Amino acid sequence: MEKSGSTDSGECKPFSSRQPSVDSIASTSTCPSDRSSHLKPPVTHSSDALSTSTEVSLELQVGTSITTLGNCHKLAQEEPQLIPKESIQDIAKEVTYICPFSGAIRGTLSVTNYRLFFKCTDRDTAFALDLPLGVINRIEKIGGVSGRSEVSYGLVCKDMRNLRFAHKVQEGSFKKSIFEVLMKFAFPLSYGMEIFAFQYGQIFPESGWKVYDALSEYKRQGLPNESWRITKMNEHYELCDTYPATLVVPVTIPDEELKRVAAFRAKGRIPVLSWIHPESQATVTRCSQPMVGVNGKRSKDDEKYLQAIMDANAQSHKLFIFDARPSVNAAANKMKGGGYESEDAYQNAELVFLDIHNIHVMRESLRKLKEVVYPNIEESRWLSNLESTHWLEHIKLILAGALRIADKVESGRTSVVVHCSDGWDRTAQLTSLSMLMLDAHYRTLRGFQELVEKEWLSFGHRFQLRVGHGDRNHSDADRSPVFLQFIDCVWQMTRQFPSAFEFNEYFLITILDHLYSCLFGTFLGNSEQQRVKEELPERTVSLWSYINSQLEEFTNPLYVNYSNHVLFPVVSMRHLELWVGYYVRWNPRMRPQEPIHQRYKELLAKRAELQNRVEELQREVANRSGPSSEKAGSPTVAPVQT
Amino acid sequence: MLSLGSGGGKPVKPSFVSYVTPEEIKSTERETSRKEKHPDLLPGEVVFCSTNPVLKYTQDDVSQRGIFGTLVCTNFRIAFVSDEAPSEEQAQLFKNKLYGENDIPLTCVDHIYGGYDEKKKLITGGLVRNKYPSKIIIHCKDLRVFQFSLTYAKEEEAKKIFQGIIHHSLEPKSLKCIFAFSYCEKATATPEIHRTPRTVMFDTVEDWTQEMKRTKGNCKVVSANENFSLSQKLPQFFIMPTAVLDEDMTKFEGKGLPIWCWSHHSGCALFKTASLPLMQEDGYSQAYKIYMERMLNAVAQTHLYSVKTEELSDTLPTIQDIQQSYSRFKQFFLIDNTTEFWLSDMKWFSSLENSGWLDIIRQCLQKAVEVVECLEKENTNVLIMEEAGSDLCCVISSLVQLMLDPYCRTLAGFQSLVQKEWVAGGHSFLDRCNHVHQKDKEQFQSPVFLLFLECVWQLLQQHGPAFQFSETYLTVLSDSVHVPVFGTFLFNSPYHRATVMKNDSPQTQRGPLNCPEVWDWSLQFERKAQDLFTNPLYAEKPKQDKGARRTYRPKHQRQLSLPSSAFKTPPKKGFFKEETDSLKKMLRVKRISRWLHSPDSAQASTREFYEAWQRKPLDYHSLILPCLDGPAMRVWMQRYLRWIHEVQIFGGGAITVMSKLADLVGEVQELRRELERQACRADSNHQRAAASHRSSVRLSSSFPFATSRVWSFKPAIPTSLLQSLMITGGLADQDDEDGETLGVV
Repeated sequence: MEKSGSTDSGECKPFSSRQPSVDSIASTSTCPSDRSSHLKPPVTHSSDALSTSTEVSLELQVGTSITTLGNCHKLAQEEPQLIPKESIQDIAKEVTYICPFSGAIRGTLSVTNYRLFFKCTDRDTAFALDLPLGVINRIEKIGGVSGRSEVSYGLVCKDMRNLRFAHKVQEGSFKKSIFEVLMKFAFPLSYGMEIFAFQYGQIFPESGWKVYDALSEYKRQGLPNESWRITKMNEHYELCDTYPATLVVPVTIPDEELKRVAAFRAKGRIPVLSWIHPESQATVTRCSQPMVGVNGKRSKDDEKYLQAIMDANAQSHKLFIFDARPSVNAAANKMKGGGYESEDAYQNAELVFLDIHNIHVMRESLRKLKEVVYPNIEESRWLSNLESTHWLEHIKLILAGALRIADKVESGRTSVVVHCSDGWDRTAQLTSLSMLMLDAHYRTLRGFQELVEKEWLSFGHRFQLRVGHGDRNHSDADRSPVFLQFIDCVWQMTRQFPSAFEFNEYFLITILDHLYSCLFGTFLGNSEQQRVKEELPERTVSLWSYINSQLEEFTNPLYVNYSNHVLFPVVSMRHLELWVGYYVRWNPRMRPQEPIHQRYKELLAKRAELQNRVEELQREVANRSGPSSEKAGSPTVAPVQT
Repeated sequence: MLSLGSGGGKPVKPSFVSYVTPEEIKSTERETSRKEKHPDLLPGEVVFCSTNPVLKYTQDDVSQRGIFGTLVCTNFRIAFVSDEAPSEEQAQLFKNKLYGENDIPLTCVDHIYGGYDEKKKLITGGLVRNKYPSKIIIHCKDLRVFQFSLTYAKEEEAKKIFQGIIHHSLEPKSLKCIFAFSYCEKATATPEIHRTPRTVMFDTVEDWTQEMKRTKGNCKVVSANENFSLSQKLPQFFIMPTAVLDEDMTKFEGKGLPIWCWSHHSGCALFKTASLPLMQEDGYSQAYKIYMERMLNAVAQTHLYSVKTEELSDTLPTIQDIQQSYSRFKQFFLIDNTTEFWLSDMKWFSSLENSGWLDIIRQCLQKAVEVVECLEKENTNVLIMEEAGSDLCCVISSLVQLMLDPYCRTLAGFQSLVQKEWVAGGHSFLDRCNHVHQKDKEQFQSPVFLLFLECVWQLLQQHGPAFQFSETYLTVLSDSVHVPVFGTFLFNSPYHRATVMKNDSPQTQRGPLNCPEVWDWSLQFERKAQDLFTNPLYAEKPKQDKGARRTYRPKHQRQLSLPSSAFKTPPKKGFFKEETDSLKKMLRVKRISRWLHSPDSAQASTREFYEAWQRKPLDYHSLILPCLDGPAMRVWMQRYLRWIHEVQIFGGGAITVMSKLADLVGEVQELRRELERQACRADSNHQRAAASHRSSVRLSSSFPFATSRVWSFKPAIPTSLLQSLMITGGLADQDDEDGETLGVV
């Protein structure tokens, strides 16, 4: 693992000649005095936008080497350091940022086609706000104070904060308010413009679009094999337009029958293999609800199909169907033609409801959570307030569901079928989390990227709708923090197994920040088909390109390769906690004195140092103990697994 | 091989557990194995009674399975000895040498419940003479829960053991009956291992002089209490402001005397005192007031004529509040069965909040930060007071020192701190723990020392690298309070200890008895196990050249730059009359503005102080402050969750990180030692460390406690999920996709 770090920096070198700005800065990060080196790469991490004075000034010092697009930068540094194809759209002086933590701050506000940048002009405090416009969910004019010609704007953000600005309007001026400019660039789709990711042309040493290849991932799992085959039926997304082109289905079901199964499953999302146990051959398959309807319609093809899934696993004569929904909701779906598998029709199958609520309940829960944590926390009622949001209870239910699936597959050696209504929200959460428990590969940095690409992106989680990229319509009922919940669950697992994951907390935060930033193409679109049609891999940069160009930032220094161990997290509230580093990160008091990724880096360095020390000493011991000893040649101490 | 991840498929049968259901045993003849086994007795330990067969239920199991064995009650413990020989494999790394995992020291018993048919009744001693229950449930102070079935033993034997256990663990007894006294009479005096650096006991003039030198204080060491003639509450030697007149010392049996705790490098210092009842309007009160003024004066003269006073009982909870809150809190962790566990899981956060325990911890830390702010920012002397001066005064003064003085965050420094503030400081351990179950002392029972350890744990988890000791150390220390072997936690004051020990041995020629101290960890743990007491994350002070040291020095050198304190009354000759008036006024002003004003303002001020500190570069070897916001206050997981099977994370927990780091550090040390040993050519055995590596994969979050349960691994799947979250109406009934919206890129 430390190998990957070293080769990576090696890879960066040729790259640095092409793009001196990025890499030269990345390399300065080794300088111990620099605590904000992560800010230099082309991407700004909003996590540190509210940084302290020292950090900001450092950032700007080091960052001066980025000069882009001929925008000659004065050293006044009131303007942001621009990234490729970013250009300033408007600048307003004498703007007040009303900070909920430190009061009103005066400064200059700049809006580019990618970000909002506010720099305090007060000499004593070097305060800066730097956030991608993509995180803005809503811009509200709060109304001017009458008689004082001041207007105030509130920005509601997707990343758990609200910002408030006020500024004077020159009377009689025809100039548009900067916030009207902001509106346009924050919601480009609503104004007939393109999302910034299509302009951003940063080149990285490796293309993140190549991180996941369906065929090689299935090959890694040992597929195809005697029971499972790869079908090209969906190559042109004709069988199911929200599924990927490559699907794995039971050998015994010919392609023609797949069509008939698709007719019985909502949106044509037939049961397909997500993961197969390397030993027991028990599988995790995913699909959408069966179109049972009020009359209890049956499909011989679907029944045969599920039987085939069960038969593919010789170890068990049972099949578990996990319906993610509460049973009440599953039953209610019959009214709309959906429903669930009846046990009469599907013999040998056992149906289990996992009681996970729908996207609307989750959205509401997150809204309540934001109220409780931002801007201030009511100390004495913190715990009961937290409980009243139910956020952690939802997390518990999702993890509990994934745990039951993993347990059935691992301990029960039984194949499982997972679905909810459409099979792209709760189903994605459950399959990906259970795969994370079952397969150590997904706990590595690259493995996790594959997991997201596979279970979320290729299987059609509707990112565009759930996040609402570039769309003004903030009250859209299709928005929901489903992917955030998944990342939260992953974080909970990393808390419980601090050395089982190759990535660190900063990696997860970075993913979430760029879920909204609209800088990368990764999370644009709703399905593989759309992404192919829009030529996203050709026209945008992948988030993984950026991440894989500096893996050491995201590496967990305490990683121990758990290899074949299955992780069963404890899903009791006793072990679940609010992810303070994400949800409460804007509160300066809750921030660690030292940014977390800095800690990680120091630990990594310390670990490398210790490891070298051990090796050195071992060598010395071996030498001194005399060449006569035959042990000297072979390592006598078990290599330290790191 | 561990059954991690493959539990269900191939149940691993450990050799020493008999899986017998109660029904099965009824059919088998009970009389077969009537060999009673007794534990290896400690010196001075005597068996009172024992019974076989007794079934010990495995706690984590609903199916009521268990192990058969002998239940023994001695003058030290209630012990359960399994009928089957423990296998070698089970030899635990973290075995306590005094008591095993199935032993309960008598003073560790918290509550005993009797299971009568299906009812569970609290046994309060005395009452249940004739009817003995079929099941005994014992809740321990270290939060273990034991359940024994007596139905398989002969009736009179079952009765005898039940009554024996009740008698010896619940009924009042004299202090002399505590096992420590039999133990230290018989135990061969262990040669005191002088671990360097040693724990300072604070029972000699030198210890105190040294401590004052270390902190560069300018007060005087007093030996007037060498024979406890001055006060029975104060230690033999102590330190107070130089300005206190000798004649003033003897006035009120030490009450009101400002006792020095610690000096800040600026010269100001922290003092504590047992307060005099100033509010009463009797003849004494005037005398008290004049006396207190003189004392405050003396304190003020220590540095810059400034002093702030803080009556802790004004703002902090009483010892009864602390006791009540803890009683509520601990209930969440004394789990009898799985169903109960998952039921209580639903309302976990609000129950936690209702217990108020975390809030009490926060209040103590908050108060300590306020005091730290006075010392560090304003360079003002601080005098903290409360009625006896030995409960919350101990908590606050120790916390202040932990935050300000990096020495107190080393292992030896911490132990010395406990000696100084708690043991020599006269914390009434006996009354607060009520080891002897005196009914009239029940109202004084309160886990004040545990509260302090809780606060330390909060600091430790927020600032790990600043501490040399580990969480495990704190957990073990909190357990040791209830192990009746150590003199450390047995007495109410140094005077109490001296009198008890002196009277006890008139005829023996060995001189006064001497109980071992808890700090002699080798009595409880092997060296290897003690390794777990050190924190591998500890950022040791870089041992560099002297230049580097000098940069650290100034911390404890008098800084002559005048601090921002508003009270810099220049020293004048006629200080007393007018100056005391102004001082009085000043003190009042101070108290009102700083302490007695709305608590919000104090909180806002500490908040500011915290934020200013937070902005400074990180230095683990100077001041550390706790974050007090809601999410920062956490439950001490290791201590409270370690015995609960449902929450054990197999292959996980913070311990995996610790063990990983400890392994690396250990390896380096081992190799270094190896190198030193290299002189002798003999083929050194190389295998050593490699084999003993704890693979973190195999540990559970309860490590190093409760290790034996690993075999029963299966994921704990919560029951009653839906009940936990009844969301109905509006949103919940909606469908995920209302109305098709077309996705656009």
